[in-house]
Amino acid sequence: MTDALELVCPAGTPAALRAAVQAGADSVYLGFRDETNARNFPGLNFSRDELAANIEFAHGHDVRILVAINTYPEAGNPSPWHQAVDDAALLGADAVILADIGLLDYTTNKHPQLRRHLSVQASASNPESINFYHKNFGVKRVVLPRVLSVAEITKLNSHIDVETEVFVFGGLCVMAEGRCALSSYATGVSPNKNGACSPASHVRYEETGGKLVSRLGDYVINEFSNDEPAGYPTLCKGRFVTNDTASYLFEEPTSLSVFMMLPELSKAGVTALKIEGRQRGRAYVSSVVSSFRQAVDAVAQGQPPPSIDLSNLSEGGRQTTGVYEKTWR
Amino acid sequence: MAMTKSQSTNTAKLSLGPLMFNWPAEKWRDFYFRIADEATVDTVYLGEVVCSKRTSFFEPHLADVIERLQGAGKEVVLSTLALVMTDREMGQIRAVTGSDEIVVEANDVSTVSLSAGRSHVIGPFVNVYNEGTLEFFARRGATRICLPVEVSAPTLAVLSAKAEQLGIEIETIVFGRLPLAVSARCYHARAHNLNKGGCEFVCAEDRDGLDLETLDGKSFLTVNGTQTLSDSCCNLLAEVDAMRDMGVRRFRLSPQDVDMVAVAKVFRDVIDGRTEIAEASRHIEKLAQRFTFSNGYFYGVEGAQMVLDQRFV
Repeated sequence: MTDALELVCPAGTPAALRAAVQAGADSVYLGFRDETNARNFPGLNFSRDELAANIEFAHGHDVRILVAINTYPEAGNPSPWHQAVDDAALLGADAVILADIGLLDYTTNKHPQLRRHLSVQASASNPESINFYHKNFGVKRVVLPRVLSVAEITKLNSHIDVETEVFVFGGLCVMAEGRCALSSYATGVSPNKNGACSPASHVRYEETGGKLVSRLGDYVINEFSNDEPAGYPTLCKGRFVTNDTASYLFEEPTSLSVFMMLPELSKAGVTALKIEGRQRGRAYVSSVVSSFRQAVDAVAQGQPPPSIDLSNLSEGGRQTTGVYEKTWR
Repeated sequence: MAMTKSQSTNTAKLSLGPLMFNWPAEKWRDFYFRIADEATVDTVYLGEVVCSKRTSFFEPHLADVIERLQGAGKEVVLSTLALVMTDREMGQIRAVTGSDEIVVEANDVSTVSLSAGRSHVIGPFVNVYNEGTLEFFARRGATRICLPVEVSAPTLAVLSAKAEQLGIEIETIVFGRLPLAVSARCYHARAHNLNKGGCEFVCAEDRDGLDLETLDGKSFLTVNGTQTLSDSCCNLLAEVDAMRDMGVRRFRLSPQDVDMVAVAKVFRDVIDGRTEIAEASRHIEKLAQRFTFSNGYFYGVEGAQMVLDQRFV
């Protein structure tokens, strides 16, 4: 028997948070209802009052609350980000998840007792970077960017003194996180600055010539014939033309799932598993979290993960193990 | 004699940023020899930013190129990888940051960390969006910061003022395709049905990168190995004066396969007040005629846009 992996689950609403807690989350991550977090979508996230109430609820079930304040503060206007950190501390959050070096510096000085995790948006992909954040800001855990294979994660863990958290299910960035300006190039809305990638406000669907065309800003991201299911036009999951050939050059519309790789991730020395999906409803959260709960418990007993089909919860019904297997590159 | 703009206190310097593309070694060497001999730039950034597999091609010429550039009175800065993943890459970074002979441009936090305590440049692949981060880096020895592509005019103004207060320089990209993203995956290889491990260096076929269009034939992005750039070429010629007034001290030209010596001269002449913007703009359009231009990030809109209405400033 090994130490159980910590299951870190998403909540975009209080309802999703309750679903995650009831389905067996060890920790829930969430954000405030503004541009200070990287899932700044309409109708999502938490007010201060909601956070206070839900911290009490979660702590009553021995579940930790991690507050993501992981966009990059605007020059000349640090207050919303500083306030978010101050409020997370005041309301009793178990940790804050940060990416910006200035904000890490502020938090380290102002709230030395508040546990700090490094967001995937900081894209710390090597021991030197991770140790920099540990040494300067006392970061206790780093969420790894989706650029490393399991073998590389194993090696990395032997060179650092902080916990690592890895994405195991849900949406998949194919670019190094926090270092991608594709969305702002096409829409003016930046994941780093505004907390939204491929925002719905810039999405249009048009019927032309028997095809459904999806656009982001001025750009066609994909087109679908009548018998094809139309997906959301996330920029890097679009179909584009290079060398006169149309293809999903960056990545197919697919979701990450490394359900069956949990034993390997456990052996790699990973501390926590992260499920993406703060924009998802409570039914989704409930279903994914309970499946992973069973898998984590099985792995802790030295058993293989149970056979559960999660493909109906994946984008387009398709799944990939992504970069965790080196051939993806 | 009246002071010309170049003699006044708010004069600005011109840099040639690191070449993003995989050019044949001889072309690489000859390009920099010509820059050394003819280009009106103050600083030249050399080195591989995108893919560590390319380094071995130009390395045999590196010492000669550095010598020629320094001999021509140019400052040489060694640019480093934006995404550092393997032990071998980490080793390369340790080697260059361990030497006192040359100033390094850090494009990843690992390189920033290893450069602590000695003079270094922070490159545009490190996220500096605000004065808190800028101040932290300045305290640890950064003397110049080239800002990320997404910065708008108000951000430039705030960060330039802060930099001036701290005694460091702000640099910003004013010409060239914009580096928008970096990945572990090689899209150039993927476009040729290969993968990164067996890439056959297909990126060397495209001197300005591989064009990527939408399904309806609109130019959109440029693939360059693991990097994705804009299709459009950033052109902030008309904004140089406004930026100088904000306190931006350096302007970076990102190399494309056009006459970069001539491009540098156009920018130099505008900075020095020798050419009117309208005439300079016509020159640039001619020199880079296969590109469409963009300046949207400066105006806080889509990066791909070319805003012509100066009232936005």
